Amino acid sequence: MSYFGDIGKGIKTLLSGMKVTGKYFLNARKEIITQQYPENRDTLEMFERFRGEVVMPHDENNEHRCTGCQACEIACPNGSIEIVWDRKVDEETGKKKKYIVNHIYHLSMCTMCNLCIVACPTDAIKMAKKFENAVFDRTALTKVLNKPGSKLMDGVEE
Amino acid sequence: MYDFTGLIQGINKWLHSILPAVAADVVGWILIAAAFLGLFAILGLVLVLAERKIAAFFQLRLGPNRIGPWGIFQTVADAIKLLLKEPVGTNRADSFLYNLAPYFVIIAALMSMSVLPFAKGLHAYDIDIGVFFVIAMSSLGVMGILLGGWASNNKYALLGAMRSGAQMISYELSVGLSILTIVLLSGSLRMSDIVASQSDYWFIFKGHIPAWIAFMIFIIAGTAETNRTPFDLTEAESELGAGFHTEYSGLKFAFFFLSEFVNMFIIAAMGAILFFGGWMPLHIGGWDGFNHVMDFIPPIFWFFGKVSFLIFLIMWFRWTFPRLRIDQLLTLEWKYLLPMNLANILLMAFIVLMGWHL
Ligand code: SF4
Ligand code: SF4
Repeated sequence: MSYFGDIGKGIKTLLSGMKVTGKYFLNARKEIITQQYPENRDTLEMFERFRGEVVMPHDENNEHRCTGCQACEIACPNGSIEIVWDRKVDEETGKKKKYIVNHIYHLSMCTMCNLCIVACPTDAIKMAKKFENAVFDRTALTKVLNKPGSKLMDGVEE
Repeated sequence: MYDFTGLIQGINKWLHSILPAVAADVVGWILIAAAFLGLFAILGLVLVLAERKIAAFFQLRLGPNRIGPWGIFQTVADAIKLLLKEPVGTNRADSFLYNLAPYFVIIAALMSMSVLPFAKGLHAYDIDIGVFFVIAMSSLGVMGILLGGWASNNKYALLGAMRSGAQMISYELSVGLSILTIVLLSGSLRMSDIVASQSDYWFIFKGHIPAWIAFMIFIIAGTAETNRTPFDLTEAESELGAGFHTEYSGLKFAFFFLSEFVNMFIIAAMGAILFFGGWMPLHIGGWDGFNHVMDFIPPIFWFFGKVSFLIFLIMWFRWTFPRLRIDQLLTLEWKYLLPMNLANILLMAFIVLMGWHL
């Protein structure tokens, strides 16, 4: 008689479903996951893997890890990255060497796909957790990631 | 104690003393109509807010919390927004039926509400076929949904309306039969008699197991009648846009939306009246002291308390169960609920015949 068995099983599973949601309802006060955004702005911490914008970290000597290899520019599916580079003579070896002038990043076009970060051989760029990206003038969305006067960190190229 | 009969009769007498008989009657009707419209609007506002808050707690959210303390004015703001919205219609719609449909739904809901007893003496129309009247009116509401879906000239709306038709035809049976099980116990279709005959035990205790089965079937089929999740195939946002009210906006949409919530109230009220004694306090036959203590709580609180509990139960269903597929919906009704219901009626009839009920 699977007919009555089905009815019994149906009722049992329905009740166990309601038990689960009922538990959530009773404990709702303690476990609320909603963030009350503008109020908690000072303490709000975005979660680990959030992708807000591409940034280039600099250390205290204003040095970054970008060699100007253009791997990120090639990897970007929608042309959000433009690398302006040049060559100069290295004093030690006397050879001509590529260096980065401007790492231009168009936040307005970026889809936060993370491909540029994966492509970078020297981990020079990463995703920041900032999410308040709205501005009144869209030119503010085109950013130069390397800070003025910054240079390549020693030992990155080896 | 807490009898409204005197108050209502007093108002009636006073109206007759200052106005000619016909005018007094008309004024009386208008007052009753205004009271019901007021209740309708308040129910809509309160239930929508309750639904959103309860849904939020089930999902560990906060729910509306910006307008007023704990967001209690959220639905008032929503209502004002809906009133101010531009009514957008479709070009090819059958405009007469399209405009008529929301009124069908809302008038059916109001008519069924008119026969509900809210407390002793607080009863607009104690018709002798009260239960039957509510069933008849609830099928009239479907007409509005079918008309709206058909007249919108939109395939999603039509699909939603057709599903609604299939669903109503099926589940009306279950609601009717489970109500019939209780009518066997009460021996009357008049609402006031049904409530009065529960003064020793509520029917759910009186009828033993068949009453419990009837209640379960009633609450399942009632949820289906009001087109709420898990039976909301008529709207099915993920499949049909918004189902039968896809093409409605502004106030006409608000009518559909409101009447869904008021229908939920009506189903919950019917459940409370038929199974939990309506406004009758919890009485246990023979325990006079206990019964007397219970009588101190006004019947209107008993009624709305029971209704709120049933409404909460229906909301709990909504935020627990996923939507049924149309074939599952029909299987549930025709293969499970209906045979169970018929067997249950026989059992109940036997119990009543042998006098085994309490
Ligand atoms: S995240 Fe994707 S879209 Fe954005 S800059 Fe990097 S590669 Fe381009
Ligand atoms: S950010 Fe990385 S990938 Fe892009 S140019 Fe600099 S070193 Fe190359």
